[in-house]
Amino acid sequence: MSVDIVLTVNGTRRTIPIPDPRTTLLDLLREGLHLTGAKKGCDRGQCGACTVLVDGRRINSCLALAVSLDGAEVLTIEGLAEGDHLHPVQEAFIAHDGFQCGFCTPGQIMSAVGLIREAQAGNDPERVREAMSGNLCRCGAYAGITEAVLEAQGAMSQHTIRDSATRQGEAA
Amino acid sequence: MIPFEYVRATDVADAVAAGGAPGAAYLAAGTNLLDLMKGGVSRPTRLVDITRLPGLAAVERRDDGSVRIGALVRNSDLAHDPAFARTYPAVAEALLSGASAQLRNAATAAGNVMQRTRCPYFTDTGSACNKREPGSGCDARGGETRLHAVLGWSEACIATHPSDFCVPLVALDAVVEIAGPAGTRSVPLDAFHRLPGDAPERETVLEPGELVTVLVLPPEAARFSGHSRYLKVRDRTSYAFAVVSAAASLRLDGGRIAEARLALGGVALKPWRAREAEAVLAGRAPDEAAFRAAADAALAGARPSGDNAFKIELARRLVVRAFQRAAAGTPERLPALPGSAFAPASEAAHV
Ligand SMILES: Cc1cc2nc3c(=O)[nH]c(=O)nc-3n(C[C@H](O)[C@H](O)[C@H](O)COP(=O)(O)OP(=O)(O)OC[C@H]3O[C@@H](n4cnc5c(N)ncnc54)[C@H](O)[C@@H]3O)c2cc1C
Ligand code: SF4
Ligand code: FES
Ligand code: FES
Repeated sequence: MSVDIVLTVNGTRRTIPIPDPRTTLLDLLREGLHLTGAKKGCDRGQCGACTVLVDGRRINSCLALAVSLDGAEVLTIEGLAEGDHLHPVQEAFIAHDGFQCGFCTPGQIMSAVGLIREAQAGNDPERVREAMSGNLCRCGAYAGITEAVLEAQGAMSQHTIRDSATRQGEAA
Repeated sequence: MIPFEYVRATDVADAVAAGGAPGAAYLAAGTNLLDLMKGGVSRPTRLVDITRLPGLAAVERRDDGSVRIGALVRNSDLAHDPAFARTYPAVAEALLSGASAQLRNAATAAGNVMQRTRCPYFTDTGSACNKREPGSGCDARGGETRLHAVLGWSEACIATHPSDFCVPLVALDAVVEIAGPAGTRSVPLDAFHRLPGDAPERETVLEPGELVTVLVLPPEAARFSGHSRYLKVRDRTSYAFAVVSAAASLRLDGGRIAEARLALGGVALKPWRAREAEAVLAGRAPDEAAFRAAADAALAGARPSGDNAFKIELARRLVVRAFQRAAAGTPERLPALPGSAFAPASEAAHV
């Protein structure tokens, strides 16, 4: 029995038929919507390569049933940049060599975006490492990843401060 | 994964009606259930999606000082609820010591309590397992038993319950509220999970169709906020299940222990409340001798179920350390590595 669900994927709201309820969000993204950024590493919640944001929170898309997410907003790596303008986390990963082969990178970056939104780690590298422990990197790019997350977080809070200062300036 | 019918429940009565059918299973976030379905370990023919049930996603404080944790509250939301974490710091620390940030964002409170064992022979359908297939045998016996039980096990099954969350909850006398075809009932968490005995396939007291709706912490649970810790020894300090864990809470009065609470994780097929150890501590000064006596009492009945005798001494030492840290006082902020039994690493030591 096919069920239709509505998902907002990377800002676009769409009705999606789910012919088989066994479909995970990861398989829907990769096979159904051809968004292959999210990777299938383990398919069992153990590696983080499939990390995407659902309603603003990072989760493992391999362990989420697509039909259960009817109505949700999904953000994948493909929706992060604005045109050619990279997201600060993407820029920081490049600046700090936060990858080698790149397989884990979409998951690392989406996880980092989620971590920064959660605002629990602060500037403490140990807390950043702990909060990123759900993302494995077989190339061992961890040192660069930690630096990238810290720098992106700093850059984004600067933006926020600047943006609100500009808004206040405009209001005055 | 075998095909199944997907049913989205709209209220508790609806869920219970749909969940009572043979072959039905409740779907919360699916982080344990889908994993087991992919491996062919769980083979439900109907999934009843409970994630939209109204009223079960809130943490509610009552005037009498109790707190009600809705079945659908996400693990991360509970751990990061500032008032909750301040009052029940060992519960927050246990939650944050478990799984990964992604999994905690999805996992629900009831799903965590209901999660199945991580015994590798249970998850491997090529192995004999009395829990998965009653009467088939237990390939864990004589196998790889590092994470298996040292308390409360039986000849039929030596598995452990893997939840961190349940360990401080059982120490704090949490109660499970259940809705079912015959109405609602409450069961202490300590009596909720069954020891294996000769029927390891019966994991909890839930009857077919019964649904966990709320986890309740009684008013007395709030008395331990100043002196509570959860420590967890794992093979790596993050994103790993407990080899052994301990939730220790103290209420101190005039330099003496007025009341102690202790539970152990990773040692039995249920979160293990150690009441004998609590009795040993009552009225004593909070010093190492007292904590050692408590640890001995807690592990008095322990025996290895394979190559895991080391867990008994490890558990004793962890109990002492957890009580020492609890006596020193709950930290102002949760440590960077929640549950770590080791001293915090000096900065940049392992960058
Ligand atoms: C890689 C990995 C690492 C992990 N590490 C840890 C760890 O270190 N510590 C730890 O404690 N946990 C760990 N977990 C387990 C995790 O905590 C559980 O998967 C999660 O809590 C389950 O919650 P859920 O909402 O996803 O439940 P689901 O997977 O949806 O359900 C789990 C079970 O509970 C039943 N169920 C769900 N809700 C109810 C209800 N309201 N009433 C009755 N039955 C119900 C389901 O039918 C199913 O049998 C880990 C998981 C993974 C995949
Ligand atoms: S220990 Fe229990 S769960 Fe593991 S194989 Fe034996 S019967 Fe199955
Ligand atoms: S593919 Fe989802 S966690 Fe590995
Ligand atoms: S860059 Fe290769 S796995 Fe991380």
